[in-house]
Amino acid sequence: MTRLMIALTVVLALLFCTALALGPANIGPFDSLRALVIDDQGALTLVMREIRLPRAILAVLIGASLGMTGAAMQGYLRNPLADPGLIGVSGSAALGAVLSIQTGVAATVAFALPLSALFGALIGVFLVLLLAGPRGSSLTLILAGIAISALAGALTSLTLNLSPNPWAASEIVFWMMGSLVDRSMTHVWIALPFIVVGVALLASLARGLDALTLGEDAAESMGINLKRLRLTLIFGTAAVVGASTAVAGAIGFIGLVVPHVLRPFVGAKPGRLLWASALGGAILLLAADIAVRVVLPTRDLKLGVLTALIGAPLFLHLIYKTRKDGL
Amino acid sequence: MLVSVPSFKSKFIAGLVLISPAIALADTPPTRVVSMNLCTDQLAMLVADEGQLLSVSRLAQDPEGSAMAEQAQTYLPNSGFAEEIYLMRPDLVIAGSFSTPATTAMLQRLDVPVVVFDYASSLSDIRDRLFQMGEVLGHHDRAAKIVADFDAELAALQAEVATRPRAALYYANGYTSGDSTLAGQILIAAGFDNIATEAGFPYGGTMPLEVLALMQPDAIITSKPHAVASRAEDILIHPVVESLGQTTGTGSFSDRDWACGTPFVLNAIADTAALRRQFEENGS
Repeated sequence: MTRLMIALTVVLALLFCTALALGPANIGPFDSLRALVIDDQGALTLVMREIRLPRAILAVLIGASLGMTGAAMQGYLRNPLADPGLIGVSGSAALGAVLSIQTGVAATVAFALPLSALFGALIGVFLVLLLAGPRGSSLTLILAGIAISALAGALTSLTLNLSPNPWAASEIVFWMMGSLVDRSMTHVWIALPFIVVGVALLASLARGLDALTLGEDAAESMGINLKRLRLTLIFGTAAVVGASTAVAGAIGFIGLVVPHVLRPFVGAKPGRLLWASALGGAILLLAADIAVRVVLPTRDLKLGVLTALIGAPLFLHLIYKTRKDGL
Repeated sequence: MLVSVPSFKSKFIAGLVLISPAIALADTPPTRVVSMNLCTDQLAMLVADEGQLLSVSRLAQDPEGSAMAEQAQTYLPNSGFAEEIYLMRPDLVIAGSFSTPATTAMLQRLDVPVVVFDYASSLSDIRDRLFQMGEVLGHHDRAAKIVADFDAELAALQAEVATRPRAALYYANGYTSGDSTLAGQILIAAGFDNIATEAGFPYGGTMPLEVLALMQPDAIITSKPHAVASRAEDILIHPVVESLGQTTGTGSFSDRDWACGTPFVLNAIADTAALRRQFEENGS
């Protein structure tokens, strides 16, 4: 377990440095890292501190959020198909964010953007858990997720199509697929508080999720308050997914892929999977964000395209396996 | 030779389309004209007789994008759909080369004469389009007068320039315009050099924010963000753009004088030249 965490941390640190050294402007890796640490009063430090650093930090924060949420939801629902993107939580968060931008609230009230995305995510996650029920059979969970994703996506498109701003309609892709292009430290500061609180809430679920593997009755007899567990999960998920989606759009599949890959390494214990998935999610999103810059440096290739290319085959594989297990 | 082919072709197509009504056109100018493109709307409003122009596009009425929004209120707005335009019973439809080909093709099948105007990518294109509009509407003299006024004002604006500061045109989504575009020509006329050309974007394209920062422009000219926010325009208030703006000149101009090849680009040139003078006063 600790060896796994050390290995993940090392990979994450390497990727973080790579992300900082990569960009459309040709700067040597050492020059760029030096300009990041030592202020040269010039353009290089500006580029490093205001463009590349916030982008790398956001990739880590958002990747960790999505990975951990996936692990927490899969643990709670005891269902490997749960992922905030697939079950419509990210889509609902995007709808909340779009509404606050289009009504102008986001520009006038501080934290209105992440708060309304959080509110959207809250409605989404609440609806899914309500529809799927506490045990959440795969079929009802996925069906509920499809319905909520479709509805939130349609309402997001409708809002953007109705907008008087000529750019709005072309942003549908951003809200559906996600991107970290041209984000700034401002976005880090508005997302960070919500992600810290949300991650703390989700991390507090570890003991409860471990107990839940023995069944609900056993968990309750071990002193786990299931109602509180459920509420913590809902609010933790809404906080991290809301803040992430508000600044980067809906990025799918990270919460599905990462816990699945890491589960064998933590002895299939959902509690231990939480932090491992946070690190894994950060690694996957950083890697994806590096890849979009290497593959198409001058075009804004959306992150969701890459994560879906990795995640969708795995999703199909999981569905096939679930069917074989007769669930 | 090769360069002239596209404009020759478009004139050829325009001429071809006009073959059947050309006979009528020679005697009597069209009386029910519908324009379906923001730029041809403005040219037509400038040149047409009262009552000759029936309808302009809905965009022409939007003050954020149209330099003649007020005048446009007096015309019927159209959304550029073949059905609504056909029902207006026009005897001439004026479209831009970016208008939907499906719409113009359908109108032609319905025996409505359509003229397609190329978009202007230089100041001399503006003269050509004005003359073309005069010809199409049967007001050659009026068009010639507008062109003469345009030339006189332009000559007055293009004063002697001692130094040419380097400016960047920066729009939503990090888009920049190079020398071979109308916006680039406006910039040159105002006495700036364009860093887009230096950075390898002769026509324009997406210039990453970090490239902009490292090019160290003397001035940044952005489009004015729309009243309702969008993520695409976030970049115009990005800390990097704002920080560059503190050490350089910045101008934020509305699209309406820049977007179309009309005499209103003179406003854009005047605004930009004022920015250059301001830079020269502070700069040295």
